[in-house]
Amino acid sequence: MSIVTTLSVLVQDKPGVLARIAGLFARRGFNIESLSVGPTEREDQSRITIVALTEDAQTTEQITKQLNKLVEVIKISELEKGKSVRRELILVKVKTDESNRRDVLAIVEMFRGKVVDVSADTLIIEVTGKYGKVHAFLDMIAPFGIKELVQSGSVALARGGSSITDRSRYDRTPKAKA
Amino acid sequence: MSSQVTGAQALVNALEALNVEVAFGIPGGAVLPLYDPLFDSSIRHILVRHEQGAAHAAEGYAMATGKVGVCIATSGPGATNLVTGIADAYMDSVPIVAITGQVGSKSIGTDAFQEADIRGISFPITKHNLLIRSADDIVRGIAEAFHIAATGRPGPVLVDITKDALNGLTDWAWPIEIELPGYKPTVTPHFRQVREAANMIAASRKPVLYVGGGLVKARAAEALAVVVDKAPIPVVTTLMARGVFPDSHPLNFGMPGMHGTVAAVGALQEADLLIAVGTRFDDRVTGALDSFAPHAQVIHCDIDPAEIGKNRTADLPIVGDCRLMLEELADRLDSVDLPDWSDWTRYLTNLQEKYPTWPGQAGDGMLSPQEVIRRIGAIAGPDAIYVTGVGQHQMWSAHFLPHEQPYSWLTSGGAGTMGYCVPAAMGAKVGRPDKVVWGIDGDGCFQMTNQEITTCTLNNIPIKIAIINNQVLGMVRQWQTLFYNQRYSNTELHTDLCPDFVKLAEAMGAVGLRATTEDEVDGVIARAMEINDRPVVVEFVVHKDEMVWPMVAAGTSNSDIKYARDMAPIWEEDEL
Repeated sequence: MSIVTTLSVLVQDKPGVLARIAGLFARRGFNIESLSVGPTEREDQSRITIVALTEDAQTTEQITKQLNKLVEVIKISELEKGKSVRRELILVKVKTDESNRRDVLAIVEMFRGKVVDVSADTLIIEVTGKYGKVHAFLDMIAPFGIKELVQSGSVALARGGSSITDRSRYDRTPKAKA
Repeated sequence: MSSQVTGAQALVNALEALNVEVAFGIPGGAVLPLYDPLFDSSIRHILVRHEQGAAHAAEGYAMATGKVGVCIATSGPGATNLVTGIADAYMDSVPIVAITGQVGSKSIGTDAFQEADIRGISFPITKHNLLIRSADDIVRGIAEAFHIAATGRPGPVLVDITKDALNGLTDWAWPIEIELPGYKPTVTPHFRQVREAANMIAASRKPVLYVGGGLVKARAAEALAVVVDKAPIPVVTTLMARGVFPDSHPLNFGMPGMHGTVAAVGALQEADLLIAVGTRFDDRVTGALDSFAPHAQVIHCDIDPAEIGKNRTADLPIVGDCRLMLEELADRLDSVDLPDWSDWTRYLTNLQEKYPTWPGQAGDGMLSPQEVIRRIGAIAGPDAIYVTGVGQHQMWSAHFLPHEQPYSWLTSGGAGTMGYCVPAAMGAKVGRPDKVVWGIDGDGCFQMTNQEITTCTLNNIPIKIAIINNQVLGMVRQWQTLFYNQRYSNTELHTDLCPDFVKLAEAMGAVGLRATTEDEVDGVIARAMEINDRPVVVEFVVHKDEMVWPMVAAGTSNSDIKYARDMAPIWEEDEL
């Protein structure tokens, strides 16, 4: 059985960081289920959420250790289920017409989705939530006919007052002299 | 103090400020701006004949001196020719900085002339790499590159610099503060872990110190000697660690692994405790992992936390510098009562006496390669630096040279790069001109990088290269003999027909010598020892069927080691 691990990786925002991380996963044969990257509260840092699939705990540990060796990686924290919130976002273009639009809208309502575009025979619906919710929604909407689907990777944060940067020893590390 | 200089001048200034004495390289279009100020610099630039030679020479220099080696190449093919040497440095954790020119920043991504994405290419084979597009980033980039290459687990760092960055103007200021928030190697081992290591050693009945190349990088030979002095634990030294503990010491049972000694392999297989320091449980050491050291608890110390638990679970992990760990351990050993391990040591000594490393057999009146290597070692002595290529001659060199001194054994271990010997020997001799440098090379390996003999001649680098010429790709042929029904597909090099190595050496300005019979061996070695004004190449024509023993067949258990063909040792466990 695969182990699903969610890692939040704080990196320096420098060109090529994402290529380096993706390359590391490819080279060492680690499986990525999803990866999403974006800016953080600090201009010079980005945060990458990686959902990795491994066969054993040892591989999970290797992923973390190998990522930590990358010079641009500042901090990694594993986000455990229950102690973190995880969200993904989908945009889905569904076939609708006069006869079934109401039914579709009812489902959208139920999942607290949003209609973001309307045409004569389609709707684009936006839904966010954790994996289970998003996929339950897709199951419900599928019979109407999905014309197009796009899905983001997971983003996640640890619950509670602490932050990944608090736990980083970044600011306490004495600076080396050249 | 600051003043405006070109990026190239700032780069040269930075290299000088970092005390770089020598760089190996070849100029070309994109890196021309750097070669102009380099011309006036105090840095000695050695113009190699192929960039692979520059990278290996930088490795040889780094290994022999403990400093960072530097190589320089231009963009595109210049940079890609460095790749093998960089990969070699990555696998063996050798601190080098490779500086490559890159096409102008506006041309990047356009498939411009001599453009190659060397940063992308070298991602998986560098400790770190960076592309610099602005003159203002050069000094910081170079300073960080040297810092990263030399600290923590050493390794190669590549700095790719665009031509316009080299030509652009910038402020020169030194020193600068290094800011690498994501890079903070753990150097000091945790004292509680080391204390626990001392306790585990005190509780062990059959401990083994399994030490690797990390001891060379950490300059930890003396610290190891102190530990063994206090706690007489049998020691096995991996291929990369030959010489960190003298072979003449009664507790050194030699090299473990695929071609290790029966005693060293037996020590690991029978041990109840491995104290693994600066070593990474490489497949060439462990054989089949699930049957490696099956009875042993493991203490694993390495400066790279990712090595701990990667192949073998550690019962006691210790992250930190090997030298500091061994020094701390020596202190901690004072406060524990150590048991008597003499039965265990006697068992291993017995194995060592009973199953010595296969000395070879002369046949057809031809030279025995093992004996040739032994004679080189005997005549050149333990103070020489020895460098090898990869293959049979490398394994024989690991066994039969006098490994008594640390930091004087250079070999391509992890990558197994044929062609390492000549340029690495060149780099070692440049770094340590006071030392005699002998390269022990194969006839296959030599033909991959021998062009650097020319470089040695022209730059007054008097290395000595022994070609152990068995006319074949010997190690590959050995596998064909053992596992492919003696079907010798493409392993005959026909070096009996050409090239004529003596003439080849002479054509490159070296002295060429040859020995084909036993009574010529000592004479040519002695003659080579006398020549110090130019390189010497000595060809030894040896038997092609000689094999390296002992051997653990790939993928099998270490316990199935053969000390000669179809000859397995008897472990006699009841003696313990």
